[in-house]
Amino acid sequence: MSDQTVLEVEDVRTEFQTARGVVRAVDGVSLSLRAGETLGIVGESGSGKSVLGRTIMGLITTGHTTQVHGSVRIAGQDVHASSPKERRRLWGSEVAMVFQDPMTSLNPVKRVGTHITEALRLHLGLDKKAAAERAIDLLRQVGIPEPARRMSQFPHELSGGMRQRVVIAMALCCDPKLLIADEPTTALDVTVQKQILDLLTSLAESRQMATILISHDLGAVAGRTDRVQVMYAGRVVERSATGEVFEGPRHPYTEGLLASIPRLSDPPHTTLRAIVGSPPNMANPPDGCRFAPRCPYVQDRCRTEQPELLEIGVRRTSHVAACHYPLPDVDTAGDAAPPRAALAEEIS
Amino acid sequence: MAGSGTAHLRPEQAPVLTVDDMVVEFPVGRGQKVHAVSGLSLDLLAGETLGILGESGCGKSTAGRAVMQLPSPTSGRVRLGERELTGLTSRPLRKARSRMQMIMQDPTSSLNPRRKVKDLVTEGLAIWGFEGTKQEKEELVRETLSAVGLDPDVVWDRRPHELSGGQCQRVCIARALMMNPEVLICDEPVSALDVSVQAQILNLLERTKERYDLSMVFIAHDVSVVKNISDRVMVLYLGKTCEVIPSGRIDSDAAHPYTQMLLASIPGAGDRELSDSAAAVELPSPLDPPSGCRFRTRCPLATERCAAEEPELREVRPGQYVACHHPIIEE
Amino acid sequence: MSRRLVLRLGELVAVLLLVSFGVFMMVSLMPGDPAVAVLGEGHTAEEYAAKRTELGLDGNVFARYVEWLGNALTGDLGRSLVPPENDVVGRVLAALPVSVELATMGLLMALLLAIPLAMWSASHEGGLVDRAIGASMFAILSVPSFLGGLLLIAIFANGLGWFPRAQWVRFGDSPLDNLYHAFLPALTIALMELALFTRVLRNDLLVTLHEDYILAARAKGMPPLRILLRDALRPSSFSLVTLLGISLGRLIGSTVIVEYLFALPGMGSLVIKSANQGDFPMVQGAVLLIAAIYVVINAGIDLSYGYLDPRTRRAHA
Repeated sequence: MSDQTVLEVEDVRTEFQTARGVVRAVDGVSLSLRAGETLGIVGESGSGKSVLGRTIMGLITTGHTTQVHGSVRIAGQDVHASSPKERRRLWGSEVAMVFQDPMTSLNPVKRVGTHITEALRLHLGLDKKAAAERAIDLLRQVGIPEPARRMSQFPHELSGGMRQRVVIAMALCCDPKLLIADEPTTALDVTVQKQILDLLTSLAESRQMATILISHDLGAVAGRTDRVQVMYAGRVVERSATGEVFEGPRHPYTEGLLASIPRLSDPPHTTLRAIVGSPPNMANPPDGCRFAPRCPYVQDRCRTEQPELLEIGVRRTSHVAACHYPLPDVDTAGDAAPPRAALAEEIS
Repeated sequence: MAGSGTAHLRPEQAPVLTVDDMVVEFPVGRGQKVHAVSGLSLDLLAGETLGILGESGCGKSTAGRAVMQLPSPTSGRVRLGERELTGLTSRPLRKARSRMQMIMQDPTSSLNPRRKVKDLVTEGLAIWGFEGTKQEKEELVRETLSAVGLDPDVVWDRRPHELSGGQCQRVCIARALMMNPEVLICDEPVSALDVSVQAQILNLLERTKERYDLSMVFIAHDVSVVKNISDRVMVLYLGKTCEVIPSGRIDSDAAHPYTQMLLASIPGAGDRELSDSAAAVELPSPLDPPSGCRFRTRCPLATERCAAEEPELREVRPGQYVACHHPIIEE
Repeated sequence: MSRRLVLRLGELVAVLLLVSFGVFMMVSLMPGDPAVAVLGEGHTAEEYAAKRTELGLDGNVFARYVEWLGNALTGDLGRSLVPPENDVVGRVLAALPVSVELATMGLLMALLLAIPLAMWSASHEGGLVDRAIGASMFAILSVPSFLGGLLLIAIFANGLGWFPRAQWVRFGDSPLDNLYHAFLPALTIALMELALFTRVLRNDLLVTLHEDYILAARAKGMPPLRILLRDALRPSSFSLVTLLGISLGRLIGSTVIVEYLFALPGMGSLVIKSANQGDFPMVQGAVLLIAAIYVVINAGIDLSYGYLDPRTRRAHA
């Protein structure tokens, strides 16, 4: 892994003007990513993970109903201080995105080949023939059989998994340094999901791409990322090496999320430890810690004072969490565990 | 057309629901038709939960609807207790149908957005002829709302858009319960919900089943979810049954290569023997399904026999039935 | 594909037959007695009866229809009843090019204006320009079309004297002069259609611009104008193309007001005049031709969906 920093995000806030007031979808997120590194961003609907992805990409910028504060630098270039033209150049060379639904992210009236060659011709200035050759090669790299024949097909003639491979080929065409994959497998069948995730992982590795994998599915992120960032209601609640987050979550939300997923190894009819309530209304989020109304360990302080994202790691790797009363580290449990309220009661 | 067999049926145990060789086909013009469900047989015992597991296009949702006679299957029989549903005229069918209720995937679109929660939940009572005073009626509705974890005083006058997805799904469950059903058919009831809310609904379904003496058909694509809620799991592929297995044994004993593939595709499952190859594999078209075993085009163990001869369900271990010529059984 | 075309053609023939029968029957039910129209008032009942026999109005309706259709297929639509008793085909063919030219030119002008306006409007949704365009289109829609025509005449023909009025030069005689004379009437038609076209295209474009594939195209670094033209326009054009076909068919037969305002010898004027005179062969012939054109245009539009959206092609199924 090289030490070259590809992405630096500093205190990004993305606000939307809506009929119900200002919605701060992303609220003060900072992160950085090095070449070849993979970051998983996990959260539920309304956590701001997708908006963050698009803000990093620069697809969401300050406009008449949108405000973006803070800075995003990709390969040293400030995305939001760039002119639209500079931003387009950035999209053609440094950063690319894979979207959730391959059924809708390909233009139904365009041939598969055109989707890829148009970017090659625009950004790399290739002629028609060279672009077609390169596109066929890319389709082969993403595991599409008979790539030459696929070039002249329309998206609807391909299966969902095949289409997502085309979307990935499209994203790779100008050798981006950063790839943002926003729920790339959510719309796909389970057996195809694994294929696509495996493909993304191996491409990121072989091309030394920095990758952000956005997902609501903890499992999708588990074995494939170096670090995981858990988001709730627009904020980062916990971030650390993937293994640490899954084995020893320090934030009650992360713990609750992990506990609420049925495990294959548990016997049938095991009662799940659900998190009570639902994610907050983002037009009117709770004061203090946004997870407080659903938190089984909540204290008075949590309802009034917003916790900062602080280093709580005890090992070499960084482990940050935004909680006044983080859960004890798995290794040090029992030593200096902070007072904890009664265990989560499974309600409703 | 040969089905996948009936070895797994248990007529001697008086099932509450029996489906016999059900076929559902949709014409799509030019003499072609989609073979959505091809000879499905299943039964459901009182108090049992049958999980139906499969990917999109396997016919699981179509099967669920066809059991409800929405629309009626192309052929085959559906029996609710002793009562034959196929061939009933619309009035007795509607009456019989109310004894089965369905919970759909998208709770917000299955509730009329203009109506209030109290009306949504109450309307079912009129249909099966609830006799009682207005007060008794309201009492019953409030009790049911509480049973699904909603505070009647809070949601009473709300409309669906004022509720979260999880709350809407609770309203759907309450509405189904008002009909006093025997069988609850849940079609992907949690896949549209947030992860943290899914567990609430799964727990609720489990408790509701016990409290109201229900039998349940639970249709989903997620192996862990299906295992958690079911007693027995039926795996479907392209409209046919691959395997029927007690859910507690699915992760350890699954014998059908397709069940194995589903297990292998669970993230973090590690590398099972039978994960799909890295190259993209197309799902065959349901317009023209493969001959013999329908899974053979994706099966790593397929032989010539699989193309020529359709495998029938047979018992490979007590209570476990597999439709495969080459089941994976380690002794 | 060829099989589909053959099926489509079969449908077309069936529709045309139905339409021709409808036209024939409709005209037979027209109020007024053709014999009276030909002879004028003040003749005896016997004279009228004799004239009716002469005109072939006595026999069975169906038999008369078959005969009329047979003649029509050989290019003979009969003669006008009104002096100078011209050949119907000749009169109709003289009037048709005027209407076709006016309609086509008017629609082209409308499109030329509507497409950029809609694209600007949709890509600046909710902005000042979008709202301004929306408001002016609404204003145009609410003004009766003849008023627009009168206004154009008042300003450009009578006031500034840039364009002639009440004259028509045939294209064959002098193409440039023809276009010059057709400009104002065509513009009147364009204004009538413009508002609707812009509205429909803008709304469809808005829907398309919110599609993921537009976002994906942006994320590839495609310039905005190129995205509008290459990615958004085609998938957004279904309603517009449908509307275009309907408008073309409608305009060929019913530019009456414009023809009247500018005193042009088009189909609209021909039909109205003939109907007033009870000249039923002329009305039948003209309406048949208009209907046939309408049906053929709409069949063409149906086929164009295949080009616009490859999903409607079933070539590989």
